[in-house]
Amino acid sequence: MSWILPPGASTFAGDIDFLYYVILVITGIAFVVVEVGLLVFAIKYRARPGRKAQYIEGSIKAEIIWTAVPAVTLVIIGLMSGGVWNHIKGRNSIPPNAIPYEVHVKQFEWNFTYRGPDGQLGTSDDFIVRNQLHIPVNRPVELQLIAEDVIHSFFVPAFRVKQDAVPGMDIRVWFEATKVGEYEIACAELCGLGHYRMRARVFVHSAEDYQQWLSDRAAAADEE
Amino acid sequence: MRRFWVTSCLFAFLGCGGGDGGSGGGGGAAETAPLGNASISGMVMFLGDAPANPAIDMSEEPECAAKHTDGPTNPIVSVTDGHLANVFVRVVGGLPGGPYPVPSEPATIDQNGCLYVPRVVGVMVGQTLAITNSDPLLHNIKAVPTENRLFNISQPRAGMTSNRIFTAPEIMVPFECSVHGWMNAYAGVVEHPYFAVSGADGSFTISGLPAGTYQVEAWHETLGTQSGDVTVEADGSATLTFTFGG
Amino acid sequence: MATSAVSLEPAAHVEAHELSFLRKYIFSTDHKIIGIQFLLMSFVFLLFGGLMAMMIRWQLGFPERPLPAGQLLPETMAPGGILLPEFYNSLVTMHGTIMVFFAIMPLLVGVFGNYLIPLKLGAPDMAFPRLNMASFWIAFSAGILMMAGFFVEGGHAAAGWTAYAPLSADPEWTGVSGGQQIWLLSIAILGLASIMGALNYITTVVNLRAPGMTWFRMPLSIWALFVTAILVLLAIPILSGAAIMLFFDQTIGTHFFDWTDGGQVILWQHLFWYFGHPEVYILILPAMGMVSDIIANGSRKPVFGYHSMVFALISIAFLGWVVWGHHMFQSGMNPTLGMTFMISTMIIAVPSAIKVFNWMGTMWRGNIRFHVPMLHSVGFVAMFVIGGLSGIFMASTPVDIYIHDTYFIVAHIHYVLFGGSLFAIFAAVTYWYPKMFGRMMNSTVGKVHFWLTFLFYNMTFFPMHDLGIAGHMRRIYDPSQYEFLQPLAPLNRFITVSALLLFTVQILFAANFIMSWFKGKKAGENPWEANGLEWTVASPPPHGNFAKVPTVYRGPYEYSSPLVEEDFLMQTRKLASDVDPAAAGP
Repeated sequence: MSWILPPGASTFAGDIDFLYYVILVITGIAFVVVEVGLLVFAIKYRARPGRKAQYIEGSIKAEIIWTAVPAVTLVIIGLMSGGVWNHIKGRNSIPPNAIPYEVHVKQFEWNFTYRGPDGQLGTSDDFIVRNQLHIPVNRPVELQLIAEDVIHSFFVPAFRVKQDAVPGMDIRVWFEATKVGEYEIACAELCGLGHYRMRARVFVHSAEDYQQWLSDRAAAADEE
Repeated sequence: MRRFWVTSCLFAFLGCGGGDGGSGGGGGAAETAPLGNASISGMVMFLGDAPANPAIDMSEEPECAAKHTDGPTNPIVSVTDGHLANVFVRVVGGLPGGPYPVPSEPATIDQNGCLYVPRVVGVMVGQTLAITNSDPLLHNIKAVPTENRLFNISQPRAGMTSNRIFTAPEIMVPFECSVHGWMNAYAGVVEHPYFAVSGADGSFTISGLPAGTYQVEAWHETLGTQSGDVTVEADGSATLTFTFGG
Repeated sequence: MATSAVSLEPAAHVEAHELSFLRKYIFSTDHKIIGIQFLLMSFVFLLFGGLMAMMIRWQLGFPERPLPAGQLLPETMAPGGILLPEFYNSLVTMHGTIMVFFAIMPLLVGVFGNYLIPLKLGAPDMAFPRLNMASFWIAFSAGILMMAGFFVEGGHAAAGWTAYAPLSADPEWTGVSGGQQIWLLSIAILGLASIMGALNYITTVVNLRAPGMTWFRMPLSIWALFVTAILVLLAIPILSGAAIMLFFDQTIGTHFFDWTDGGQVILWQHLFWYFGHPEVYILILPAMGMVSDIIANGSRKPVFGYHSMVFALISIAFLGWVVWGHHMFQSGMNPTLGMTFMISTMIIAVPSAIKVFNWMGTMWRGNIRFHVPMLHSVGFVAMFVIGGLSGIFMASTPVDIYIHDTYFIVAHIHYVLFGGSLFAIFAAVTYWYPKMFGRMMNSTVGKVHFWLTFLFYNMTFFPMHDLGIAGHMRRIYDPSQYEFLQPLAPLNRFITVSALLLFTVQILFAANFIMSWFKGKKAGENPWEANGLEWTVASPPPHGNFAKVPTVYRGPYEYSSPLVEEDFLMQTRKLASDVDPAAAGP
């Protein structure tokens, strides 16, 4: 049984995983202190003939310590988290050179719109691929999530990316993949009977392979 | 006290069905003799070059892609040698009046190779439509009619059958599969049995009619609706041709 | 502060005319009977909720195998005994709905609020006994209506217990129409019952405390129920309002949540969670209060830091209003709100931590009797702390990006609701059973039930943290569709087997409950040697509770007091050194 996160493959993974492990250590210590404490007290202070409990009503000093220490610790975790959050989700954090995609999300498919050879979304050479997202490694990409019916959520576990797609809202998510390979996309918001099967794949290519794939698709589109 | 509640609630739970549009069994009346012996046989033609049907990207559904030897296309306009398939033809006027006995045999529609087969089907009001899945993967059948109750049901495995019954006439009830956005089908729900769907060779036959003059309509999902009149003698046959496109 | 404003005279007049069976046990206005009615109703729903959980776990553990007795279910739910995905979604929805609204909430608030408040305050009954009776029967009706949703065309609600729009708003997306409408109506009707109860509890606590029962002599169980009642009064109307808005979107053509016509989709989430977060505190505070009473009794020591504990209860309730956005970090709402809600969420962990340390402090240097209620209460602390600590992961917005909507959240929910609330319920039912029914539950069976439940409970829910860390999403009918989830199939099977064992073991509690009613050892007035006012009257107490209005001389936790030889000192016992409070005047 493992509390180790699966390998990450994006620039976000380092920060998020670090925060997770910091919290794991802190909560792990608290967990041990409380559970061992309970066990020790249960055994040490169990009733035996001739014993009496000590009439103690409390301790202001103890209250102060166990209020201040958790409070300070938690605020520190909060502040550490804030910078990372802003970097990932801040509306001004999307790198200007991110490659734009549109994702039309519906029950129960992901339709990725690519900008085509002219490098512009919204032109006639755009093309759509169902359930496959092809991106180059080490380049930021920006996905505009367009939900067509109900709320879905774009989740790539390996990239530590998750963002709800909400009908009627303009929602962007960005990330930068760091390892070539194939990764799964799941829907992370209950969206109907096919929610469990709303699976797509991200293909992270080297720069050359990405260009090759794009031109192959453009050529195939021309033939149609 | 609690045992009483548990047992009686369990019985109530089990005793009632989940309630669907009616599973199992259609109108149920035994087949009675048809009203007549005349028939209309016809042809649906397409003039000019057929528009190209869009290619379907089945790359993420390998079990379905494997069933198509050529790249699968979405048969929206299905033309073979100038003949148009999947046109829903029905009598709209001149009938003596119902009620018409509902067949106990169901109409059928299948999901195969991630396509609805047939694409267009006719069914009587009160007749069972048996929907089957021949693909080893999830399809859902979502129908959003205007005159009938909507339904959205799944068939996650091959070999499943779901039965639906429509309670009102409707031309046409659209079917989609939400998992595969290209999958569409249409059911024509008619209060009488005088309808047919044109085959790949464009032909159709409507039989069991009494002698008379009838107004007939032919519907296609993108090419619109055409009308025609035809007169048949008792025990006779007449032809009717519809032409789309051009 | 005035000791008490108004005291009802003991209801001696009731004995003059004997009530019919119907008026005495069915349409009763006696808070004790109403509390027991809520108890029986809630246990039935707890069983249903548990059965649904077993069906969910069966699908996740053994997806290819037909559910045992599954052939009895109709084709629209489970053809050949194998669940359909839409029915699975409905089960997940209804498991949550029934457990939250018809099991845990009535068990904590309906049962113990009703049973304990008048007794522990020295009052003959609630301030509004007839309103009390109405609140039970309205809740009961809501329950019947909710169950009816299983029998309508299209099936029951399937949009999650959280009912997010648009999935819940338009039947096109689920095929469910009547079921969701029934769900909404039932929730609104139940809300009415809750509000009526809350009004009663607040009025009773404010007005009907016996002479000498000052605010800071009230037991923590009552403090918790009082604070909870205020939360109910303020939060439930929001849910009711939201439910009515959604109902109108479904039925009369409004567009509150319809983005195609001027509505806002995430408005539902804001409304729901503005209720929903106070709701989860409604589901834990009474448990915390009762556990405080029981741990003090078991440890034979005062609650450590009584005033801090009260302060913590109030802080949790207060802060609970400003954290709702932590359910919506990934929802598309403005990310700046992610920062603010993160800070408030981190802060709300502090009063819960204070409580955990104070419970430990209560046990420290005690003389602990491990009676069954004490076992469950210590179990509560041990598991609530896990639920609380796991909450810190999700409070950190970046970590939440990964674990939101995974089984890590499911683990958290169940550690606080089952490891927390339900263990506290087992403790409280066992503890107050003798007062309710005049008999003791069997202690040996109780101990076996506790240990087996504790074992199988942790075997079921602890591994869910691992599933979540691996990225396993929630509400997923068939995880094997994803390659990254396939290696988790053995863990899912392990959890399923543990869950089945956990469920089966509850038969010990059920059997103990039922058999003790008829065959349990007869209980005296005070079998636990406790201090509260309920232990000064017969088990069960007569109608009207107290033959004459009691007088309170001290707080509720004077265990091992140096003033007396025994290790407990009841609130109403007058010592030579005590002064009657009536002399002080209002």
